[in-house]
Amino acid sequence: MAIATEGMVRREFFSLAGAGLYVFLHAEAQEPARLPGRQSGPTDLNAYLKIGADGRVTCLAGKVELGQGAMTELAQVLAEELDVPFDAVDVVTGDTGLCPYDMGTFGSMCTPLLVPAVRRAAAEARAVLVLMASERLKVPATELGTGAGAIRELAHPSNRATYSQLVEGKRIERHLENIPLKASDLRVIGTSPRRKDGPDKVTGRAQYAGDGLLPGLLHAAVLRPPAHGAKLKTADTSAAEKITGLRVVKEGGMIAVLHERPDIAREAVAQIEAEFENPPAGANDKTIFDHIRKIATQPRPVGQSGDLAEGERLAGSAIEHTYLNSYVAHSPMETHSATAQFENGKVTVWASTQAPFMVKNAVSAAMGLPSENVRVVARYVGGGFGGKTAADQAVEAARLSKITGRPVQVVYSRAEEFFFDNFRPAAVMKIRAGAAGGKIVLWDSEVLGAGEREANPFYDIPHRRITSVGGWQGGNPPGMHPFAVGPWRAPSVNSTTFARESHIDVLAAKAGIDPLEFRLNNLTHPRIRRVLETAARQFGWKSGQAPSGRGFGMACGIYSNACNATMVEVAVSRDTGAVQVKRVVMALDVGMVVNPDGMRQQAEGSVIMGLGYSLSEEVRFRNGEVLDHNFDTYRLPRFSWLPEIDIAFVNDPQAQSLGGGEPPIISMGGALANAIFDAVGARVLQLPMTPERVKAALA
Amino acid sequence: MQQTISFTLNGKPASVNTDDERMLLWVLRSDLGLTGTKFGCGEGLCGACTVMVENEAVRSCVTPLKSVAGKHVLTIEGVGQHGLAAIQQAFLDHHAFQCGYCTPGMIVNAHALLQKTPHPTRDQIARHMEDNLCRCGAHGRILDAIEQASGPRKAGA
Repeated sequence: MAIATEGMVRREFFSLAGAGLYVFLHAEAQEPARLPGRQSGPTDLNAYLKIGADGRVTCLAGKVELGQGAMTELAQVLAEELDVPFDAVDVVTGDTGLCPYDMGTFGSMCTPLLVPAVRRAAAEARAVLVLMASERLKVPATELGTGAGAIRELAHPSNRATYSQLVEGKRIERHLENIPLKASDLRVIGTSPRRKDGPDKVTGRAQYAGDGLLPGLLHAAVLRPPAHGAKLKTADTSAAEKITGLRVVKEGGMIAVLHERPDIAREAVAQIEAEFENPPAGANDKTIFDHIRKIATQPRPVGQSGDLAEGERLAGSAIEHTYLNSYVAHSPMETHSATAQFENGKVTVWASTQAPFMVKNAVSAAMGLPSENVRVVARYVGGGFGGKTAADQAVEAARLSKITGRPVQVVYSRAEEFFFDNFRPAAVMKIRAGAAGGKIVLWDSEVLGAGEREANPFYDIPHRRITSVGGWQGGNPPGMHPFAVGPWRAPSVNSTTFARESHIDVLAAKAGIDPLEFRLNNLTHPRIRRVLETAARQFGWKSGQAPSGRGFGMACGIYSNACNATMVEVAVSRDTGAVQVKRVVMALDVGMVVNPDGMRQQAEGSVIMGLGYSLSEEVRFRNGEVLDHNFDTYRLPRFSWLPEIDIAFVNDPQAQSLGGGEPPIISMGGALANAIFDAVGARVLQLPMTPERVKAALA
Repeated sequence: MQQTISFTLNGKPASVNTDDERMLLWVLRSDLGLTGTKFGCGEGLCGACTVMVENEAVRSCVTPLKSVAGKHVLTIEGVGQHGLAAIQQAFLDHHAFQCGYCTPGMIVNAHALLQKTPHPTRDQIARHMEDNLCRCGAHGRILDAIEQASGPRKAGA
């Protein structure tokens, strides 16, 4: 049986006979094939919503509130379709014991995938409630209206039944198919109500994974190696053991100390005299790019068309540059944290994770527990950005709770957070390209380390070849990355967009053509053209040939079908190489926007985070040792960096809503690189564009 | 040294018998159960643990317990104990947070600024907040919220 759904993802539903359960498969998905797996979840509306006896409605969602506003957006679509006030909706997220299965909160998939599922569930619930009311009030359904959590006879509004009277706190057992969603007169969708998580967050009441103070709680600190690949030879815990109230656990390769006070446990672990065998000498943050080139195996073709030799001939002289970007850390303000309670063969873990159901499986596997005996709760999470998918700290806390018979909390120190982070991979991106008569005729590019998403340009180029080796998602030649790498907000695409958009400007400058004009000359993609034109209007872009001395730069890109054009204005100090970003204008096409202010928050946050990866953030390391331990050396953007930010939405209100957490960040590197060139004529080929690198490019 | 340290916490007397060299952050969170004050870096580099001691914003992760003996300590729990303070309301109004983890430190640090300088300029606000880190990038909204909470500036101020 097929159920018609709006939007880009068509789904087919298969009933499991008799079970009242459905599983669904995507018949077609326009997400890039290399996104981490695919969304799946139940279709029974009771999985997503409960109508309480008190009239309040609870939305249950396996996604996690990382700060992106998922709770608010979910409450909006639920309130809209069920016809209840937004304020009557409570949202429970990230609890595997209460919420329907969800793969994880990443890939900007909440808005395009989960939000429609909740919306459909609410629409179906409303239709079922109308049927129930029709029977109870003895009025044909067509003569009933819904509003504010009640159903009324249109002709006699006093003849009414509230949802809670109809449901009486029970599950909704009846089901209807093909219930249309509201298409007009939307009350809540498209508005920006107060965030659901606001009151908890401004009062300090919001509970994160490290805030659970269970009776008898022990705080654990685990002995860590000084470098990736270092092997423990000996550990003397005798000095630590003298601390009153300290417990030492040595089991299964883990040495941990536990105490009722977290700071005392942390001090105790520092007193363990441990000797490690250092790993063999390896790459450092300077040699890593040669290392990646050396390790890279035969590149895999990603895209090819036309004839490269013909492209070379047409171009006359092609330009080749190699663009680099360093490893970048996620650095959420909340370090990886977990509190676990093991009791009677069951364990509950409160964990800071983007993927509670994945963590549930990890804990279950590590402890040899049946899956139903593991519950993972991720209520509020203090930032993720892709770095909190795996949650080893949750497994550690669960194991230690079982061993000690007490609830146990594991909270990474900031140094542990840097050490165990799955960084955005360093990348080497070589592009050889040429234009003739203002048209790009050749594009030959090779991506090493970053992953190939959006490496194949959306520009109209007749002769092209794109190859790739490795990436954030694995499949890397052994030893290419000296530590774990993983998804970092808009994985691959920050790197590939930086390289592509820098090189587009290189070609434009060589051709002596304004960068906007050059892009539009080579683009038929209507949505990219539209965001570029919108951004240019908003920015007040005036045609000029770079370097114009104005410090203007632009870049555009696509992420998971969302389009972004970013224009920036910078000032560059020739003396110090320092870059000050004065203004950022961004035009975004993310489809129908459920919550404009929420989308704006994501875009503003992306501008700031984009300043970080573009200008200052890189992980220093040597022989497996991560040299950045804290924010004194790893520099995050600060208040003084804040530019004027202007966000414009270019969207078709009828278009499918697309996720907005990642698309706004992708163009920052390229736009800033091009602006620096425009300001001082220095082409910086490596992210981050630190003052030293800008100065070197000036020399 | 193990001893009893007494101080005023959010307007009420508090005393803790413990090693007085321990940092205030952990005493607040673990011994006293006030988890609104957050751990972010442990070295006074991020501001998530900001509390007020007397009239100054301090980093509780590097403030030894003994240094607050006999003093007034204010945490996020105390800022809004008589209903939402203007600065909290302003953070709500402007959605001046995303993940919310840095928010208690931001609010307490802003609260300290506004006690000393009721009508700061936007530049003064930005300078005062400079070393409080926010990874979600709510910086512009945080400045807007603090401006709102400070109310209209007097003429010439």
